[in-house]
Amino acid sequence: MAHQAASPLDVDRIRKDFPILERRLAGDRPLTYLDSANTSQKPRPVLEALTEHYERHNANVARAVHQLGEESTAAYEGARDKIAAFIGSPSRDEVVFAKNASEALNLVANTLASGLAEDPRYRLGPGDEIVITEMEHHSNIVPWQLVAQRTGATLRWFGITEDGRLDLTALEELVNPRTKIVSLTYQSNLLGTVNPIQTVVEQARKVGALVLVDAAQAVPHMPVDVSTLGADLLAFTGHKMCGPTGIGVLWGRSEVLAALPPFLGGGEMIETVAMEGSTFAPVPHKFEAGTPPIAQAIGLGAAVDYLTGIGMDTIHQHEQVITAYALDRLRHVEGVTIVGPDSTVERGGTISFTVDGVHPHDVGQLLDEQGVAVRVGHHCARPICVRFGIPATTRASFYLYTTTAEIDAMVDGIEQVKRFFG
Amino acid sequence: MSESLYQEIILDHYKNPHGRGLREPFDAESHHVNPTCGDEITVRVSLDGEKVADVSYDGQGCSISQASASVLHELLTGESLDEAFATEAAFTQLMQGKGQVEPDEDVLGDGIAFAGVARYPARVKCALLSWMAFKDAAARALSGEEK
Ligand SMILES: Cc1ncc(COP(=O)(O)O)c(C=O)c1O
Repeated sequence: MAHQAASPLDVDRIRKDFPILERRLAGDRPLTYLDSANTSQKPRPVLEALTEHYERHNANVARAVHQLGEESTAAYEGARDKIAAFIGSPSRDEVVFAKNASEALNLVANTLASGLAEDPRYRLGPGDEIVITEMEHHSNIVPWQLVAQRTGATLRWFGITEDGRLDLTALEELVNPRTKIVSLTYQSNLLGTVNPIQTVVEQARKVGALVLVDAAQAVPHMPVDVSTLGADLLAFTGHKMCGPTGIGVLWGRSEVLAALPPFLGGGEMIETVAMEGSTFAPVPHKFEAGTPPIAQAIGLGAAVDYLTGIGMDTIHQHEQVITAYALDRLRHVEGVTIVGPDSTVERGGTISFTVDGVHPHDVGQLLDEQGVAVRVGHHCARPICVRFGIPATTRASFYLYTTTAEIDAMVDGIEQVKRFFG
Repeated sequence: MSESLYQEIILDHYKNPHGRGLREPFDAESHHVNPTCGDEITVRVSLDGEKVADVSYDGQGCSISQASASVLHELLTGESLDEAFATEAAFTQLMQGKGQVEPDEDVLGDGIAFAGVARYPARVKCALLSWMAFKDAAARALSGEEK
């Protein structure tokens, strides 16, 4: 085995914060949870924040004069402050709550397509181009396909190189003066690849295109600072970063959010309503129609506190150590092929692989019988599978609570799978 | 390991599939996809009057979906259309029975090995993929003949 770097994290202590990791599965097997890219587990402080909100402060936000309403509003808006600080947002008003990353991405696509923006830079129409990549999650493909259909804009995309990187050879041709928006993932949820956002931003700047970053797999795992990233908009989802389900975030530069027309209409997003027409609240409330996911936002605030307390740099380093260890172990399993970058350089802790002669569905099923939870299939990124000529992959994904012993359990499991189907 | 799911019969069909490969002539074909995992299958039906002369298939997928297609070929080839639809209905009922349906070996032959699959909701779709494609293709072949 290669020399193994030490993790800066006391993982045993971290694991005590996650009650579910003590769960015993059928047959009294311990749980080996290697599916954090799908959704992460939740630490106690997040569970307690949810309970405390419902037990002590529950009330609707921004529309009650009573004490509970004020407490609830303060906690909800307090979560916005925490999230703004967490991603380096220059202003709290640049943080919009959505129900998940998918909704945040759809918000941008649909408001650009609505044609309601005053500034033509924020209106999509025939002759305009939208640029995405072949390694996007379906959530960053399908909204753009629908929007292209509706507006007559053209959808184009970057390809993927043989080693699982973004193919930027055609950068200047793809991102050209006709390009209105480039929307790309920061870290691929199937390949683990971390993309060079800055390079794409530079070209987009030259041609005056907006850049939207799908950071659903980045914000949970590495320090992300929107004040230096250069992107105009950034989407992520709470449940993959120790937060509850039902809460996501769209960050956007103030002038961009201000220029985009409203998305959903309803309570809370208005300034005044008359039967003849309405005027709208300033950002971020313009994009938050109806009663928001209050407890979920507060829970996400608690998650951000938790992650900050440990340190995103430390979490990132830990995942690099685990990823290096897993790549090394998998590389030595005969019949296993890693789909995606083969080193930890510009890659995160999500590893897809195939096992010769065994379909991923069968790999996943037999691993589950040994208590090892992985994801199998195309991971909502089917074009990557098509690109590599495979029907599906098995995917192991790591987080701050992942141990090398869990990687060993998975590798032992794969050996068993091979024996079973051998 | 996986005693109830991966019966020996299933593994046999998976490793040595019967009647695999798309054949000519055929009266209709149908392509089905399992959107959650990307498994795909194409099934062709060739009729000889009221009889199923051949069911041929090709696809990619897990052991359950591939073995199930092999069993389908074996069971339905040579049956009358009525018998084939009855067999299809029995297999579907077994798969959707959540493990509560007692399979009839006279009707389902090797198909009874799939009884355990019915207890794994995520895998029921795999087992049914080729059968749904068959049902589609047979219906198309029939409506084609009636023209
Ligand atoms: C890269 C990426 N983008 C978007 C999403 C969508 O997140 P959600 O399902 O929470 O909207 C996911 C996760 O499923 C993802 O991995």
